[in-house]
Order: sequence, then C-alpha cells, then structure tokens
Amino acid sequence: MSRYIMVIDTRRCVGCHDCVVACQTENNVPAGYCRDWITETARGEFPTVQLEIRTERCNHCANPPCVYCCPTGASHIHERGGVVLVTHDKCIGCKACLAACPYDARFIHPEGYADKCTFCIHRVEKGQDPACVSVCPTRCMHFGDAEDPLSDVSRLLASRPHHTLLPEAGSKPRIYYLT
Amino acid sequence: MIEFTTSRHNPGIDPTLHLWGWEIPVYLFLGGLVAGLMMLSGYHILRAQWDRDRAHGHYVTAPILSLVLLSAGMLTLFLDLEHKLYVWRLYLTFEIASPMSWGSWILLLVYPALVASTLLTLPDSLPRLTRMVPPLGRAASAFAARPGLVHLTGFANLILGAMLGIYTGVLLSALGARPLWNSALLGPLFLFSGLSTGAATLHLLAHLGPRAKRDDGSFGDALTSALVHWLRPPEAHTDGNRKLAQADNSFLTIEFALLALFLGGLMTSTEAHQAGARLLLSGPWAAPFWVFVVASGILLPLVLQFLQAQRRIQATVIPALLVIGGGLALRLILVSAGQASHWSIALH
Repeated sequence: MSRYIMVIDTRRCVGCHDCVVACQTENNVPAGYCRDWITETARGEFPTVQLEIRTERCNHCANPPCVYCCPTGASHIHERGGVVLVTHDKCIGCKACLAACPYDARFIHPEGYADKCTFCIHRVEKGQDPACVSVCPTRCMHFGDAEDPLSDVSRLLASRPHHTLLPEAGSKPRIYYLT
Repeated sequence: MIEFTTSRHNPGIDPTLHLWGWEIPVYLFLGGLVAGLMMLSGYHILRAQWDRDRAHGHYVTAPILSLVLLSAGMLTLFLDLEHKLYVWRLYLTFEIASPMSWGSWILLLVYPALVASTLLTLPDSLPRLTRMVPPLGRAASAFAARPGLVHLTGFANLILGAMLGIYTGVLLSALGARPLWNSALLGPLFLFSGLSTGAATLHLLAHLGPRAKRDDGSFGDALTSALVHWLRPPEAHTDGNRKLAQADNSFLTIEFALLALFLGGLMTSTEAHQAGARLLLSGPWAAPFWVFVVASGILLPLVLQFLQAQRRIQATVIPALLVIGGGLALRLILVSAGQASHWSIALH
C-alpha cells in the first residue's frame, strides 16, 4: 500500500512562484485562482529575524475532514497513494469541504465544483512527478512514497528535522517542511 | 512579532472565508422552527389520542405551516449550492460520516410525516378546503379513524422533528476547522432554539387567530408553572395561550443554559476556541449577539412571558416576535462569525 507525500526544503525555497505557475498551466486552473501558493513567515525583531518561505497546497491528509463531511462521496481518497481527490460530477457545491479544511486549501471552481491540488495524479500514474516538483529551480520539492524506506522522501524525513502545518488540527497532513 | 504573507488569493477564501451568506442561516432557522413545530404537533397528536376529548386548538396549523416553511428552507438550501444540477447526487448514497448526508435523508423522511399530520389536521386547519374537496375530508376522516396510524404520525413527527432540530447543529460542530462551531453543545442548542421559536410561532398564531375553545396540553411547562403556582394558585380554567407562553419559557430557559455552557466550554478550551468565542463575547459580533440573541431574543421574552403567565401584564405578540427574531439572529451570527474563526497557520 503506497502513501504519497511531499517533502519541501524550506532552506532552499526562495518563493519564486514557479510551482504556482506550473500548477496553473498543467491543470488549467482558472485565472484568479490558485491550487498552490507561497507563504512567508517572519519572526522576531531586527537584528534577530527568522524567515521561513513555504510553498503550500492541499496536504492530502491521512485523516481528511473534507472527505468525512462530503454528503455525496465526491470528496474521496484515491485507491493509490492516499491522495485526496474530488469527483467533479458528484460534487453539488455545498462548500462543506471548504469549511472543513483547516488549511483553506480548497476553492469553488467557476464551473461549480470544489477544486484543489490533486498531487497531479494524472502525471504520477504515468511515473512522472507533479508539475510543481518538476519545475522547481532550486529542487526544494520532493515527491514520493512514504511506505518505501528507500525513497527520497523517506530518507529526507529520516535525516532532517521537519514539521507539518497545524498538527493540532488532527487531520494528519502529508506535506512535510524541512527546517 | 510575527509577520505572515501569503500569495493565495482564491475568491471566497481570501482574505477571509466567505462561503455561506444568508441562505444557510435562513435554512437553519426555518429548519429549527419546523423541528419545533413538528415536536409540538407530534406531542399534541399523541396527547389528543390518549385523552380523546381534548380539542386541537392552535396546534392544528403547525403541520401545514411546517410544510410551507420547510419547503421555503429547502429552496434556500438549493439556492446556496454552486453545482445545482447535481443535487440529485445527494440521494444516490448515504455517507455515514457526513451530517449533511444524514440531513438530506432526514428531510426526505420528514415530508411524509408532515403530509400525514397535515392530512390529519386538515379538517381543523383548512375547513373550507376540506368542504370544497370532499375526497380530502374523507381521507382525513379515514386516517383519523385508524389509531395505529395516528400514533405513528405523532411519534414520527416527534422523533423526526428532534432529528431535524439537532442535526443542523451537529453539522456545524463537525466542521472542526472552524473552532467557534466545534462544540457538541451546538446540536442541543439549535434543538432548543427550534423548540422555542416553534412554540413562539404557535403563540403568535394563537394571538392572531380565533381563541381555542378549550385549553391545551401543557407540554414543557413544568419549570415555569412550579414558580407561577407558588406565587399564584392555578385557576380552574386555563388559557391555551398562557400554556404556550409557559412552554416557550421552559425552552428559553434551557436554551439560555445551553448557550452559556456552549460559550463557557469554548472559553475553557484552546486559544483558537477562545478566540472564536471572543468574536461573539467582545469582538465584531458582540453587539448583535448580546442585543438580538441574548437580551431581546431570550431574556426579555422570558420576563415578559413570565409576567403574562402570572397575568400581571396583558398578553401580546411581542415576546413571540422577539423569540423568533432571536432565533434567526442566533443562526445569522453563528454562521457568519464561524467563518471568521480559524486555526492560525501563521503561528507555525
């Protein structure tokens, strides 16, 4: 049983937004919307300032509240990799999943269904990386199977300190940020 | 100091969440009100069966009113959907973990229960229509002549009304990403708010319509009647309106207690839950919350109805209108403020 995760090195991310544009291009994301985005968090006061730049998206949680709350089963966990997906023609646009997501990662597509990052499952099933991972100029993004101890992602998690976003929300996110 | 910048700019999500406007709070209000009406009329149908010589009084209008109001509520639900043509997908599956799926099936079962209770009370609620369409009258009489069916209708209205009243609160409370809603007390709070608005609606109809010839059941008046009788002994013939006011006061008292426990629970929880509660207690929603929900929606009607029950002041429609307004305000404020409450990613 595979479990796809993403590992992002915050010490290499420079916030160039290549991942954002690549995702919008690859997935025909409508103008004015984004499935992934960049955040910058600055802590402290000059001269002791810490800055973390992150590329964020749907965390494809292992305990996804967006799947549990969906009344039609449109929001579901893919049989391969534990990827959280939305079946467009089952979605009624009730927005319960948008309200359920602690990361506000979803949005309503202009055609009416809930939309979000899909880990480019159409590319992954052909053996490719997600579009955002492919274009990253600093190679700070890694995608792979956490169940494979020899994968890049497993090795990085074993060797570097890392954190997830809002672990206290209880959704068990599957995107890890190396610090 | 923490400075947080994001490049996300999704409509309806940024800069603040705005998913649900007026449609959902109006449905929650109408659903709760109908739930209260169903429970009261279901109870009354059962009481009328057990005590055969009691008149129906103003409860007879509850079923047909419920049908109309619930249909209006479901229309607002439909208006809220962003992918409307796929609404039928709700009825191809039952998602056990989704309170919204529970609700869509409960609503499907509520309609036959309401049609049955409407048919049962049709000769009293719409006598002219029953005379103009004789098959309706015959169907109502045949229905009323079957005690088993009448009992079933009464129980169905009572149970399904309770489920309708409580599931809307459970639906919001299951969305853990919005800390303000994340309390198990939200379901019971919405249920008792629905009961109080339902009783207030019947109270309003009783004031506006012809007086009931006989007095009616005293559902829920145990709390206030004990105090009233201590201050003034009960009279030989009681007014049905007064009983409704007493019932409404019992529901309002419980609703007030649940509201206090709900906010107390949030204030003794995590920082995110405390911040959510503060939106109502001292933040941007404090003024409408304290004025329209607490003061004029619960406390003032409590006092007025208590004085009315004691016959110290004239009975008027004012307390009923205040309770109904308070129920709507509660839902408008909770849905709006809940969308502003969130776990903060900026702190990580």
